[in-house]
Amino acid sequence: MTNENLIEYIYGIADNSLILGQRISELCGHGPTLETDIAMTNIALDLLGQTRSYYQYVAELSKSDITEDDVAFLRTEREYKNVLLVEQPNTDFAYVITRQYFFDVFHFMLLKELENSKNVNFQAIAKKSLKEVSYHKRFSGDWLKRLGDGTEESKNKAQKAVNDLWVYTNELFQMTSNDKIIAEAGYGVNTEDLKAEYYNAIKALLKEATLDIPEVEYFQKGGKDGIHTEHMGYILSDMQYMQRTYPDMKW
Amino acid sequence: MNTMETMKNTNEQTKSLEDIFEAKIARDEKIEPKDWMPEKYRKTHIRQISQHAHSEIVGMLPEGNWITRAPSLRRKVALLAKVQDEAGHGLYLYSACETLGVSREELYEQLHSGKAKYSSIFNYPTLTWADIGAIGWLVDGAAIINQVPLCSTSFGPYARAMVRVCKEESFHQRQGYEIMMTLCNGTQEQKDMAQDALNRWWWPALMMLGPTDDASTHTEQSMKWKLKRKTNDELRQQFIDQTVPQADILGLKVPDEDLKYNNETGHYDFGEIDWEEFWQVVKGHGMCNKERISARKNAWDNGEWVRDAAVAYAEKQADKEVKEAV
Repeated sequence: MTNENLIEYIYGIADNSLILGQRISELCGHGPTLETDIAMTNIALDLLGQTRSYYQYVAELSKSDITEDDVAFLRTEREYKNVLLVEQPNTDFAYVITRQYFFDVFHFMLLKELENSKNVNFQAIAKKSLKEVSYHKRFSGDWLKRLGDGTEESKNKAQKAVNDLWVYTNELFQMTSNDKIIAEAGYGVNTEDLKAEYYNAIKALLKEATLDIPEVEYFQKGGKDGIHTEHMGYILSDMQYMQRTYPDMKW
Repeated sequence: MNTMETMKNTNEQTKSLEDIFEAKIARDEKIEPKDWMPEKYRKTHIRQISQHAHSEIVGMLPEGNWITRAPSLRRKVALLAKVQDEAGHGLYLYSACETLGVSREELYEQLHSGKAKYSSIFNYPTLTWADIGAIGWLVDGAAIINQVPLCSTSFGPYARAMVRVCKEESFHQRQGYEIMMTLCNGTQEQKDMAQDALNRWWWPALMMLGPTDDASTHTEQSMKWKLKRKTNDELRQQFIDQTVPQADILGLKVPDEDLKYNNETGHYDFGEIDWEEFWQVVKGHGMCNKERISARKNAWDNGEWVRDAAVAYAEKQADKEVKEAV
């Protein structure tokens, strides 16, 4: 296992936090109530804070003299390793909440395992993040129940979001060849082991939310190999605008 | 007792309540929501506090415009946190306003219909990253000058909300100044960006302190109720005196050819403010007035089904609990 393996593994985790944090940031100031606006912004802040811890570690591991911002802003689209789920657009509040819940349940389970990593940096980041993510999961889960078991309109919207986003859930557990190397070394997590528990948890909540569990024949994947949906290019052109327009400056 | 006598008695009671009320304010005691207060006091406070709350949440928009494009992770997180603080300020202020017997929904309705005003400065566009620095430095700077005296205003809930708001605003102001400092220590392109932002935000920031004293309609009454401690012109002078040396440290030029330190008065003399521009924007014809209101209105309208769902769900849960108890 080389540092390059480790860096690649970190991208697979941290890019999810970055891109989801960026997506949620788009909503700041536009929430359905001030309270949800503040809560969603908190989630974005937590995710971006976690991203910084991971990327600072990448900068430490890297052979070249780079910073967390080089990692965040100066990679090309194919170099981002986030799952497709997190780059999906903020279609409406039902999508935002469903995307969040589908991610949070996974994120929590992943961090629980990462807390036992042989790598002390991973242990520390996981430990700190777990507190935050357990709150995210409660927030998104509670809202999904409200939307599912609220009015007829909210139920329809929640069901549509669940149906549309379901195809992106399986990718969360996909193990790349690099993931396997890191997991075998005792540093990373074998996400395949988390899958059954994940779907049990999600299905139980959907049932409580009086929503139907979608049945699909095929799932989407690609993000972990850097093959993204068309949304990704726009996220990056927005996010990287300053760094690309004014290279090598301090802000 | 005939009608005339009843009216006379009521008037006398009101008079004595008013005396008690005025005496309380004179002793610097707080008026609390359940205390008796003249109707005019209540209305003036609803107007001012809600206007202040609206300014906080409309103010989230021009800065929110740069969150996704912030140039570094550190700046992105700081800006998100700042805009979130503004939402928090809106929340305390709406809550303070609600203690006067008006609902948040009514207040939003007044904002969306254009009946209620908010600070005009937020109708200017944020064009470059330097605008985020300039807003923190100048707009939050002017806001602090306006708001610090309100920490000791007569209405308790407003005064207490303002203590917290002012602490956070002064942090935002330092943060904005630090963004400007970084730009001014950077490349020529960054310095130019900072100067351009100062050029565009300087005059609107001066206008934020309100119309000149002779054109200000509410000053006298507001002074009496401690909603105001200094006049608009005094506050503006204080802002200029405090900010010009800060611009000097940055190496930026304040865009006012008439700006000059006056040794006799110990203050800066400054040029004529374009009040026509001020009234144009106040009356709804600034570059972003329509956009800001429609962004707020969209957020509220698109959120209606979400709020309805939360209410319906809570009712269902309450029903379930009742059934379980039976």
